[in-house]
Amino acid sequence: MSNVLWQHRLGGEQMIAAAFEYHRPAHLKGALGVLAEYGDDARVLAGGHSLIPMMKLRMASVGHLIDLQDIAELKGIRVAGGRVTIGAMTTQHEMIASTELSSAAPVIAEAAVQIADPQVRYMGTLGGNVANGDPGNDMPGLMQCLDATFTLAGPDGTREVAARDFYHSAYVTARGDDEILTRISFAAPKGGYAYEKQKRKIGDYATAACAVQVTMAGGKVTSASIAMTNLSDTPIFSAAAGAALVGTSGDAAAVKAAVTAAVAAINPTGDNRGPAEFKRHVAGIIIGRAIMRALSRA
Amino acid sequence: MGKKMQIALTVNGEAHELLAEPRELLIYVLRERLNLTGPHAGCETSHCGACTVEMNGKSVKSCTVFAAQANGATITTIEGLGSPDSLSVLQQSFREHHGLQCGYCTPGMITRAHRLLQENPDPTEEEVRFGISGNLCRCTGYQNIVKAILAAAATINGAKEAAE
Repeated sequence: MSNVLWQHRLGGEQMIAAAFEYHRPAHLKGALGVLAEYGDDARVLAGGHSLIPMMKLRMASVGHLIDLQDIAELKGIRVAGGRVTIGAMTTQHEMIASTELSSAAPVIAEAAVQIADPQVRYMGTLGGNVANGDPGNDMPGLMQCLDATFTLAGPDGTREVAARDFYHSAYVTARGDDEILTRISFAAPKGGYAYEKQKRKIGDYATAACAVQVTMAGGKVTSASIAMTNLSDTPIFSAAAGAALVGTSGDAAAVKAAVTAAVAAINPTGDNRGPAEFKRHVAGIIIGRAIMRALSRA
Repeated sequence: MGKKMQIALTVNGEAHELLAEPRELLIYVLRERLNLTGPHAGCETSHCGACTVEMNGKSVKSCTVFAAQANGATITTIEGLGSPDSLSVLQQSFREHHGLQCGYCTPGMITRAHRLLQENPDPTEEEVRFGISGNLCRCTGYQNIVKAILAAAATINGAKEAAE
């Protein structure tokens, strides 16, 4: 979905992927087996709306494509004991439609409806969105805000990695080539929330976006979590921004201090959404709006 | 050439079996193998929505689905929604409200609108606009498309009420 697609199209290149062998295992074990057998010549396919365009452009070369669509254990939303668990193959559309999820963590739907367009949301999955490592994706920042945990299954069993530790640089994550991200879980958030996103048009990635969760008691902010999307080569969680709000009444000076701390943590690069200075400016406004909206709901 | 695989599809109620390379795109399976030229290949980059079809109850851009992924799927294209002799309510409504000019986006637009009304039978104007935001039209400015979809919803709901 990136702009590079248009440039290639206008250059008259064929949009046909290189040949690959297709696998559609019915169980996670089978998928891990194919991954183990073919190593980095194999890739898993979730909704496909990042990987397929890259394959059509021949920017991704995949010898063995492992389609996860039949693996039931990767699907579904569960809310139990104050914890939300979402299977990696759950689509954005399914998350938006889930009343259970919208009551446990309304910020998820608020972010998900701002991703791409309806057709893409029917196919696009939470697991694909967080595992790909594209800094433009919205869910990684939100998962850092929620302090989510990603479960990775590999040949030697499963392990858990915090969303805040998962992203190393653009498309480089803690996931090993032989691992599949199977589910995402987090404590059901309390208090006020917001996902604020500035984009040029529907379907675009964020120029700047920000996820906020805050709790208040007795007129004071008791906790605040703030993370940002597409403002560095990874999502950015700013503990300092949250700390600037805690203990205050959430007044204008506190919001300003939090925005200043958050903007200090980002490192945007100029692209067709604008130069870095512009992105810093937009980030400040979007972060401020997100904090204000979350406070108004707390 | 890659290895071909057997693909089974149910399209507009009819079962098909064909041999295709896994990498073939669903839009070309529909257009070139099944001669269903209603869905259009527009941008081929999942932006424009002209290739929208319904697959297993979801609106999808068939330029971004490999043939292999669609194996076993139930698909509806514009051809399955109505015919020139028997237009669907949405098709009739697009005609009456001048919801098309060049017509290139229309099959995808109507197929998408069909699914939208299945999920939200009485949408607001804003919900219609948001619901068709994955479909680009470069002629109409959307005004008459939105009118046509709202009018189709009213017609369908009116017919339902009359039947009750």
